[in-house]
Amino acid sequence: MRTIMHTSRRRLIKAAVAGALAASLPLAAHAADFRGKTIDFVIPFPVAGGSDVWARFYAPFMTKYLPGNPTVVVKNVPGGGSTRGANEFAERAKPDGLTILGTSGSTQFPYLLGDTRVRYEYKDWTPVLASPTGGVVFVNANLGVKSAADIAALRKAKLIYGSEGATSLSLVPMLAFRQLDLPVQYVFGMKARGGARLAFERGESNIDYQTSSAYLASVVPLVKAGKAVPLFSWGVLDASGKLARDPTFPDLPHVGEVIGAAGGKQSGLEWDTLMAFITAGFGAQKIVVLPKGTPKDIVAAYSQAFGKMQSDPQFAATKEKILGEYPQATGKDAETLYRVATQVSPASRYWVREHLVQNYGVKFE
Amino acid sequence: MLDTLLTALGNLFAAQHLMFLAVGVVIGMAIGILPGLGGIAGLSLLLPFLYGMNEVSALAMLVGLIAVINTSDTFTSVLMGIPGSSASQATVVDGFPLAQQGHAARALGAAFSASLLGGVFGALLLSVAVLVARPVILAFSSAEMFMLAVFGMSMVGVLAGASLAKGLAACGIGLVLGTIGPAPATGVERMHLGIDYLRDGLPLVVVALGLFAFPEIVDLLRLNRPIAKASKLGAGWMQGFCDTVRHWFIVLRCSGLGALVGAIPGLGGSVVDWIAYGHVVQTSRDKSKFGSGDIRGVVAPESANNACQGGALMPTLLFGVPGSGSMAIFLAGLVLLGIEPGPSMVGENLSLSYTVVWSLALANVIGAGLCLLLAGPIARLTLIPFTLIAPFMMVVITFAAFQARRDLSDLVLLLGVGLVGILLRRFGWPRPAVLIGFVLAPQAETYLYQAVQFYSWGFLARPGVLIILAITAVSVFLGSRSRVGEEGVVRGGAEAASAPHPGARRRGPQILFAAGAATLFAFAIVDGLRHSFLAAVFPVAVGAASLAAGGYVLWAVTGRRVDHPANQDQEVTGAHVGDPTVADPWTSVAWFAALFALAALLGYLLAVALFFLVFVRKRAGRSWPVTVAYTVAMLACVLLLGHALSLDFPRGLLQAYVDLPWPFN
Repeated sequence: MRTIMHTSRRRLIKAAVAGALAASLPLAAHAADFRGKTIDFVIPFPVAGGSDVWARFYAPFMTKYLPGNPTVVVKNVPGGGSTRGANEFAERAKPDGLTILGTSGSTQFPYLLGDTRVRYEYKDWTPVLASPTGGVVFVNANLGVKSAADIAALRKAKLIYGSEGATSLSLVPMLAFRQLDLPVQYVFGMKARGGARLAFERGESNIDYQTSSAYLASVVPLVKAGKAVPLFSWGVLDASGKLARDPTFPDLPHVGEVIGAAGGKQSGLEWDTLMAFITAGFGAQKIVVLPKGTPKDIVAAYSQAFGKMQSDPQFAATKEKILGEYPQATGKDAETLYRVATQVSPASRYWVREHLVQNYGVKFE
Repeated sequence: MLDTLLTALGNLFAAQHLMFLAVGVVIGMAIGILPGLGGIAGLSLLLPFLYGMNEVSALAMLVGLIAVINTSDTFTSVLMGIPGSSASQATVVDGFPLAQQGHAARALGAAFSASLLGGVFGALLLSVAVLVARPVILAFSSAEMFMLAVFGMSMVGVLAGASLAKGLAACGIGLVLGTIGPAPATGVERMHLGIDYLRDGLPLVVVALGLFAFPEIVDLLRLNRPIAKASKLGAGWMQGFCDTVRHWFIVLRCSGLGALVGAIPGLGGSVVDWIAYGHVVQTSRDKSKFGSGDIRGVVAPESANNACQGGALMPTLLFGVPGSGSMAIFLAGLVLLGIEPGPSMVGENLSLSYTVVWSLALANVIGAGLCLLLAGPIARLTLIPFTLIAPFMMVVITFAAFQARRDLSDLVLLLGVGLVGILLRRFGWPRPAVLIGFVLAPQAETYLYQAVQFYSWGFLARPGVLIILAITAVSVFLGSRSRVGEEGVVRGGAEAASAPHPGARRRGPQILFAAGAATLFAFAIVDGLRHSFLAAVFPVAVGAASLAAGGYVLWAVTGRRVDHPANQDQEVTGAHVGDPTVADPWTSVAWFAALFALAALLGYLLAVALFFLVFVRKRAGRSWPVTVAYTVAMLACVLLLGHALSLDFPRGLLQAYVDLPWPFN
């Protein structure tokens, strides 16, 4: 009996191995090849705007490095604060590598907050690229502070921040200001970060943040002219997943340092929540994902393509203006970053939802 | 500075850059002529090709495209009576009657020369502005922006037609429709009825097409005759140029107005033509011919909409804040080229700014010249019976509407707004007022809320606010003395006596429509009250004011006084009534509805194919070979356009069940 069982088990294993081999053979023989194919790069945002530009920057390099040099077409499917495009992708995309999705912080946030419009699940998808970015918080020079060291002085000031909405990327500064005990009045309805910057320049608001590229182009001149003072950056995640100074702004402390110096703790519920949203909004702001159940060879083809293009001389020469100096995470790095950026603990989620509902009248229907 | 200016010109004159400028101009002309497609569609077309291009070439191409759309869209507006793009809706009011009277050449001549002057004026202003505009734009805070929106709305007064109350109620319809979707202050979604599509608000493209293009096509189709009564353009080219020269002061004022409206982020190019038109009507002594073929009604909007682009480039280049939808795409183009707009555009990138200035000026000259050259062949299109043009137009505006969200609901909305547009027209509710309300509602609400937050109610005492308030008061005063409607000029007080009124006969439809509008206003109030104060205050206030105006109209059309000016019904008093050759409007609407239903069932391409076959064979009565050839040609056009824009066509039920081969998938 025992032997029979033994042999039959061995047989079974053998058969399974053979079957697996047989099944994998055709795949191995036909390693992903996109010759003559068209790949739809779905962007759940309108034409123009950050994600669209990012996708259009990457598209020609994907053509160059994906096997078979497929045509890559950016398909904009805006609506519902980017949930519509992501939902459609989750429902329709086939796992053949011909439809991929580019998400952004604005796609991650509603997912993390448990927005009812979200019908997509990040855990289903496979990430192949994560593009980090950074941001800098600055104040009007007439508030009299010289650096983040003077932040205590701001607690007595009348601070006004122009926000696009309580559940937009501006959630990150809102959480940070709360931890720093800064009494900030939020004025909502700004048209993107550019509109908020204009309000800052007009003197209507006096505390603001901009993402790295916009900060370099439009705020650094204000700093040089003595009109604005930078306080801190959002920082970047180092290899061990800890917050470190942003290499683009090595002289600026990151938000954790400033909270620490102000007597706050870099632990606890509020800190964890802030970190979750910093990672989802900046650390892995833009992510390329493949649909649920995509075969390994296709995932590998994408991973390798995104990895290889990083050392393309033309890519290296032009990437700084679009992507900044941030290293683009591919392969294992992308997966690690992705996991952090698309997760929030139930306690954090509950706390932040309550916070938004009670203090900012947000409705999670 | 001067040498930078000249170097930029020298650079641009390299053969390669000029060639790209010409490419942009040619594409822009084609996009302008196609009704419903404007700068947004045109620029999206070029975006994929930008990466890696030479900066000067690429800028020349983009600016070339933007510059000429507002020149060539005049063809469609004047010759066919359908706006070629959203910025030339006002041109139709006087341009189309001129064409029907056989003065198409005069109207086009005046329009092209006015466009040319307006465009060059805009470029000139931009060349100075890049150096001094920063403080000026910064001076417009949220408070002044709010007042500008109010000023824009004051134009409703002059465009209201016979009944001021009706004009206000029409504006109210626009305002209420404009508040659908997320509230600026809290992001809470209003009036969505649980429909996902409405949560994002209504897309402007669909609303504008539905209000203006849809009713026009239906109307031309039922009248069933060639668009131009005369077979020639006429010989008025020189007269057209002379008109522009004679009215140089109008050109100057409207160019300035256009550039200003363009330069204020958010006011947008889709109402600039109406604002210019309203302005010229207000300030003219002899208003008797407006609405029935006054050349000034062509010169004013055409100079303004071209100047608008120069203005719109100012905040785009100087602050990286786009002034309109097409500028947002232009901005993305700059970023793709590695140009980060902002203060550097007057610093190290000054020569690039001047490349934009020169391209704008050159493209306006080339564009106007090309339009003149091509006027003959393009005008011949209008000799084709409209039953052959109509299916093409229907397919193009369907296509354009679908660009808005790439959702079948775009087509449902187009049909809905189109029906409302037909009724608005029929009952004399001014459609421009609806559009102005719709465009300005989010502006007004956002900036009002922000101004109150930033400055509290003291914002009303800011000098800039007071100045704009004074201008608005003058505008309202001038507007209240005489107005212009779709049927021409009206004189007299708030409720002017209109031409033939339908009397007491068949007032049912009108009463129903007015009651429908009142219901909409009531709904805005009821829905608003569900929300927190910040999200509710604007829709409730607007709803209440509109309900007052709408209630008055309802009272006027149901009341005893049958000669009340609000009492209007084109289907009772129109010139076509009793003409047996004129069909019912609803059959034409049914064709549209059939196209949309087919698209929902079979997907867009199969629907278009089937629609063309049936329409050309049955409705236009052509032989089978002609029908098939025409259908194939149209399908090829649609496919080409779709491919160039990398656009998915609407999928139907069929595609959900069956995997079809390209291009039907």
